[in-house]
Amino acid sequence: MTVAVRVIPCLDVDGGRVVKGVNFTDLRDAGDPVEMARLYDAEGADELTFLDITASSGNRETTYDIVRRTAEQVFIPLTVGGGVRSVDDVDRLLRAGADKVGINTAAVARPELVRECALRFGSQCIVLSVDARRSREPGGPAFEVTTHGGRQGTGIDAVAWAARAVELGAGEILLNSMDADGTQDGYDLEMITSVRAAVNVPVIASGGAGSLDHFAPAVGAGADAVLAASVFHFGRMRISEVKKVLRDAAIAVR
Amino acid sequence: MSGPRPDVVVLDYGSGNLRSAERALARVGAEVTVTADLDAARAADGLVVPGVGAFAACMAGVDAVGGGEVVRERLAAGRPVLGICVGMQILYQLGDEHGVRTEGLGVLEGSVRRLTAPVLPHMGWNVVTPPPESVLFEGIDAETRFYFVHSYAAAARAGDTVAEHGEAFAAAVERGPLAATQFHPEKSGDAGAHVLRNWLRTLS
Repeated sequence: MTVAVRVIPCLDVDGGRVVKGVNFTDLRDAGDPVEMARLYDAEGADELTFLDITASSGNRETTYDIVRRTAEQVFIPLTVGGGVRSVDDVDRLLRAGADKVGINTAAVARPELVRECALRFGSQCIVLSVDARRSREPGGPAFEVTTHGGRQGTGIDAVAWAARAVELGAGEILLNSMDADGTQDGYDLEMITSVRAAVNVPVIASGGAGSLDHFAPAVGAGADAVLAASVFHFGRMRISEVKKVLRDAAIAVR
Repeated sequence: MSGPRPDVVVLDYGSGNLRSAERALARVGAEVTVTADLDAARAADGLVVPGVGAFAACMAGVDAVGGGEVVRERLAAGRPVLGICVGMQILYQLGDEHGVRTEGLGVLEGSVRRLTAPVLPHMGWNVVTPPPESVLFEGIDAETRFYFVHSYAAAARAGDTVAEHGEAFAAAVERGPLAATQFHPEKSGDAGAHVLRNWLRTLS
């Protein structure tokens, strides 16, 4: 028997509200992250991710409140990422009830942040979030780290960066393909394979899920978990359907 | 003494995310107090020792609040204690993490060491195999999965509940008043609630 592949819905939260359209008819308030979290929990999500896209740091309190309320009502693991810049930010999110915290741009700017957080809180709760794209520079790395939501290239080799972050103490890699993100054309399998080969921590595949037959190949490429956002929010597929196609492919699921 | 709602103290020694343990226990009917107060920890019907992060840090935290003494006293008096994750690990004699050897409370025989597996941490939902006489897993079927997140574990001994990630390890232990789980029942949804409810039934 083996650990199940996790199916993880990701909620983009701005100022305490879920953004990206949601059309669940059975929800009182589909913009309420807590209510969405409860729904996904009931549907069999193995874990939840909140991506805080709140631009103004003045509104961050709202995020802590959302995390707090979610953790009080939903008894599955909760990862929160977006705008995490310091050890203090991680501390506040964990105290609010997050089980894991995703670090992205701030770690690219200062990799030691990963080490500092891992030492203080343990690797198990530090997720390195990597927004990567296929390199556009001839002679550049195959996959390049981007920042600022994919708008800015860094020239940094994404595979090497993931490996370095694990050495620094990251306990998991959230690998988001910026090329695939939003296309619904499927996960970037080569990117998953490359990162899987370079690290020994769990890898979450993200970006590109558009149909049910996209999930098993991501697992085949080495993903320990599959994350998707819009296909779940728009009701195009249910968590249980994803679990079923994985189970049919002889992949262990909960 | 216990009324209809058993009193449970979650030992607050600075370990992260006590809130989820508190909420999960309250959900299944406990009267929960999160505190470092040793008198409260002695008096409670059940004591929960949570723990996330490093073995050495958790052990130092428990020592700093005098928690080890209370755990030993309670067990000697046959009073229930539940360790969760690293709160289970520190019950063993020794932890060996990143080459740092730290003495544990030693109420369980054996040591905690790094699992041998291609992917670590062991992160996610896995099945467990309890012994037939298990109380914690009473009424739980074999396909039920629990949420694990750890890289270190103790070897299973006779009568322990076993799970596998790369190798077999102790997923839960039940020794008289002592119960412990390597997984997080407070994060394991309804399955975890079932285990916590079973544990509460042992309090009185």
